[in-house]
Amino acid sequence: METADILIKFALIVIIFLISLVIAMYSTYAERKVAAFFQDRVGPNRAGPFGILQPLADGTKFFLKEEIIPANSNAFLFIVGPSLAILTACIGSAVIPWGETLTIGGRAIPLQVTDINVGILYIFGVVSLGVYGIMIGGWASNNKYSLLGAIRAASQNISYEIAMGLSIIALLMTTGTLSLKEIAEQQHGWHWNIVYQPLGFLIFLICAFAETNRAPFDLPECETELVGGYHTEYSSMKLGFYLFAEYINMFVSSAVMATLYFGGYNMPFIHHLGLSANLVTILGVVFLFAKIFAFIFFFMWVRWTIPRFRYDQLMDLGWKTLIPLAIANIILTGLWMTFIK
Amino acid sequence: MESLSNKKKVVDNRPLSLWERAYLPAIIRGMSITMKHYLFTKDVTIRYPEQKREFSENFRGMHSLKRDEEGRERCTACGLCALSCPAEAITMISAERQPGEETLYREEKYAAVYEINMLRCIFCGLCEEACPKEAIYLDGDIVPADYLRKDFIYGKDKLVEAPLNQ
Repeated sequence: METADILIKFALIVIIFLISLVIAMYSTYAERKVAAFFQDRVGPNRAGPFGILQPLADGTKFFLKEEIIPANSNAFLFIVGPSLAILTACIGSAVIPWGETLTIGGRAIPLQVTDINVGILYIFGVVSLGVYGIMIGGWASNNKYSLLGAIRAASQNISYEIAMGLSIIALLMTTGTLSLKEIAEQQHGWHWNIVYQPLGFLIFLICAFAETNRAPFDLPECETELVGGYHTEYSSMKLGFYLFAEYINMFVSSAVMATLYFGGYNMPFIHHLGLSANLVTILGVVFLFAKIFAFIFFFMWVRWTIPRFRYDQLMDLGWKTLIPLAIANIILTGLWMTFIK
Repeated sequence: MESLSNKKKVVDNRPLSLWERAYLPAIIRGMSITMKHYLFTKDVTIRYPEQKREFSENFRGMHSLKRDEEGRERCTACGLCALSCPAEAITMISAERQPGEETLYREEKYAAVYEINMLRCIFCGLCEEACPKEAIYLDGDIVPADYLRKDFIYGKDKLVEAPLNQ
């Protein structure tokens, strides 16, 4: 690899990292605003015009708060927990194709950090690592609420990963590849995977809610039963990291859903307009982000509509409904591929 | 006992039907309801410091010490307001009017210091009722927030009405 290539990759990584941080930051603002609109309120409107500086104020507040490490906790693991949570949240976006190839000065720049041929497996690996951040943090706090929250998070993530994986298998049967880049390319025009895998998408969507610990599956941090769940004992920026990780996870899983099922950077008819290749690529990135924002809005919409599941209902839904449905989906897909296609 | 209202509702304990157990129809209905609020319902918030709700006519806010038609302070430091105050929020020191001060104070005796501790005051209006000189009224605004306790002890500089000619 040439030096220039390495520099370009490095720049791309930094840009994507910054974008995910900024989006996570403004997701907190958007969440509060969206929640307010759903409840006929105003939302934050004091810091800057329309409260646009609210995330900066919140971030500054997090840094200024006292940092408490409980006396009987395991101090090392107590710090490792949130670090791991934010780390796994950030590295998930490495394999997502943000757009087609950009050509600048005769040099082709693919808008993807790395196109590994097991992209989906990589994402699954990273997502399942995410639960360690929560587990370690909850356990190291030496607090019953934290521990219960952590146990809930772990069992919930493990249960829903199975259904998620099974729903992906049906998708992989039709695409025939694990590389996210190729999957995005296959969905050229109107051939979005949602058309072929509606049930698979539904299962994946529900599991994504559970994996990101978002309502209605936010049992690990449910205030009414567990105070704050796994981050009960956390304060200052360590708490900020946990909350941030949740929003970055939301962003990454929105990006994954957009890429896997909603055509990624593809938009129908865009290639028939006779625009230059670079412009089409840039428009593709814009489309992808529009889809991602739509998904993030959907996450919030669900959160402010649906009440939290009870724990046994959550397990019932995961094991008794979603997993059989996912298996049925695989069988149906297999039959469809054998006899119709 | 007879029901006091006709809002009786029989609790339905039947097991959920398949349609209800599918969750999704109910979820979609709920989400359409929240979306209606998102798109169409206007918020009812009054943006407080900029906008204010109108007070009722007999609202009791911050005290003001009144002046008479000639712009003289009405208060004669009789102490009845302090005596009547159930929260013991009012203190005063009286002084005798000197020759030449007739344009400032209406009576021969006046309050040299008149302080109300707004943290103690319960805005009951008993001082207003007790005053024989119609010198104190609770006709002001809400007492504003502050950072220090000492700043809530309001002296004559904050309580006395502005002079007439200004």
